Amino acid sequence: MAEIRTEEMILNMGPQHPSTHGVLRLQLTLEGEIVIDVKPYIGYLHRCFEKHCEAMTYPQVIPYTDRMDYVNSMSNELSYVIGMEKLLGIEVPERVEYIRVIMSELQRIASHLIAIGTYGNDAGAFTPFLYCMATRERVLELFEITCGARLLYNYFWIGGLSHDIPSNFQQKVKEFIKFFKPKITELNNLLSFNKIFIERTANIGILPADYAINAGACGPTLRGSGIKFDLRKNEPYSIYNKFDFDIPIGQGLKGTLGDCWDRYMVRIHELEESVKIIEQAIDNIPEGDVQAQVPKRVKPPVGEVYARTETPKGELGYYIISDGSLNPFRIKARSPSFCNLSMIRALSKGYMIADVVMTLGSFDIVLGCIDR
Amino acid sequence: MGILNKLDAHIEPFESGNILITSADKLLNWSRLNSMWQMFFGLACCAIEMMATSASHYDLDRFGIIPRPSPRHIDIILISGTVTLKMATRIKRLWEQMPEPKYCISMGSCANCGGPYWEHGYHVLKGVDRIIPVDVYVPGCPPRPEALLEGLIKLQEKIRTQSLAKKVN
Amino acid sequence: MDIKEIQELLKSAFDEGIGEPVTDKPVDPYITVETGKIHAVCLFLRDEERLQFDYLSCLSGVDYDKDNLASVYHLYSFALNHKIVLKVIVPKSNPIVPSVYDIWAAAEWHERESYDLMGIVYENHPDLRRILLPEDWEGHPLRKDFKVPEFYNGMKIPY
Repeated sequence: MAEIRTEEMILNMGPQHPSTHGVLRLQLTLEGEIVIDVKPYIGYLHRCFEKHCEAMTYPQVIPYTDRMDYVNSMSNELSYVIGMEKLLGIEVPERVEYIRVIMSELQRIASHLIAIGTYGNDAGAFTPFLYCMATRERVLELFEITCGARLLYNYFWIGGLSHDIPSNFQQKVKEFIKFFKPKITELNNLLSFNKIFIERTANIGILPADYAINAGACGPTLRGSGIKFDLRKNEPYSIYNKFDFDIPIGQGLKGTLGDCWDRYMVRIHELEESVKIIEQAIDNIPEGDVQAQVPKRVKPPVGEVYARTETPKGELGYYIISDGSLNPFRIKARSPSFCNLSMIRALSKGYMIADVVMTLGSFDIVLGCIDR
Repeated sequence: MGILNKLDAHIEPFESGNILITSADKLLNWSRLNSMWQMFFGLACCAIEMMATSASHYDLDRFGIIPRPSPRHIDIILISGTVTLKMATRIKRLWEQMPEPKYCISMGSCANCGGPYWEHGYHVLKGVDRIIPVDVYVPGCPPRPEALLEGLIKLQEKIRTQSLAKKVN
Repeated sequence: MDIKEIQELLKSAFDEGIGEPVTDKPVDPYITVETGKIHAVCLFLRDEERLQFDYLSCLSGVDYDKDNLASVYHLYSFALNHKIVLKVIVPKSNPIVPSVYDIWAAAEWHERESYDLMGIVYENHPDLRRILLPEDWEGHPLRKDFKVPEFYNGMKIPY
């Protein structure tokens, strides 16, 4: 049969669409069901983060960093306070570092649970979403007893924490770990090795390693392509060099290296690694103060710093320029989702519409982080 | 029969079976307020709390609130997060696509009044009520799931007082 | 490799247009590069055996001072695990910087963002449009002299 060309169709996906993970708009050019071009439109959640920073004092910026990537607020704060501490030359008490690591890893678990749950939802499996959210509530409970908030914490401050952990925190975390460990196996049985799920994700959205680096991919998206790179290991910040953990990478077990399933599986393995870190840290929290000596009016010297940390989504960097006054001269946030999403065009060409949804979900984007 | 108890009706056994006597208003309102379908749509941080509310722990389903992806199917729209100027025109369009009767819940400070972005947010709409009418405002940044549930119950109370003859706003 | 060695390597490859490394201020040192040279310098940084800067971490537009804007490049090398910061300073009256999109694909959206919010025009960029703000928006909000408009499409902006 002669090859039939159908008429090109332009399909608009979003900004209100259940599988775009927020207010993203994709303009798909289709030939039949095959995607020949994707044009992403972002900015539907542009909340002027960088302009706000210039009007605020340094400590006042922290609540705004919370609201950038709202499913992992703790990690956003961590990146910013580490940058500020570098700029001010503050040494943080060891107790603070331990609590920060534990909180960040708990937050990583919470964030990955949302990623995994909504990814199952994208594939048409609603049950894993309910399981993940129920488990996530247990993590939020731990945050709630610590700082009173469920989602946006304002917990890490420059030079310390807003306040100490409660006395039963360690006990509660241990209970949670005990509860959480079997949940990973449950998730694997429910979703990861589900035949339908593998069919939907293996060999879809293949990201070659060299393009991943060139296009600025980071986090699980980068590691899914087989690159062993994690800022916690390669450029250790806080006290991550004290802990023993692995960097999971994609191996192409169910299809080609760097496909959606690989990226997904990296997250599952990272859950296990986070548990490992928390287990090592929770019994060793030293006694002490939770706030270093910080002047009341934070006034860093003239200079600039680019601080980056490994959030659940990837490399989050803050480029802070200080002109010596009370307000930052400029803060630019390099968001991991922003860089990952920019690859969607190259990764979806030639696949079906349903595969675009899977590719998009495998990046685990948060629009608050992309648009800022 | 549990939910039927809430319907202020008179049930009597007749020879031809059970017959339910109530006013048209009460029946309509009762059915409306117990099946408020919401839009499968999130804007920002509050959307995560909305997701948490509709998931198993808080379980919105027990109020008959089911997320639907299409605006043509829905009764309530939850504005869950910051409305930017770029998004505002889309929200207005979604609102106009919804069939009557329709209700709007503004969730969180951003949707209420601009929230933390009220002063320097050059691209933030300071309150969704500048473009669409709002029935219930839920304060908080973000509101806890309990607060959102309270807002939904408040909306149910509002629907309960509506009348066909005179539309109560 | 630290910034001094990198700067010497660059100096030997390019006759002029490479500034001295600024190391006296905290925390990150940087090198200023002449506008016309930035593309060649970046290509050199990526392809030179001893440098191998294969990853563009961040590209930011900065309202540098009263008359100038700056485009700042944070580069990182996966292979050799070192970093560098480059700055290109352009006048506000003619803010044109050559695009590095063909060197690192990551630059595409970063440059669009910098154009959108700061108004730096990247030459030879394949698709230089506004990215975050609407197409019909006027002005570049991250400039220090930006005034928030009263209305946009009939919607009142100030509180």
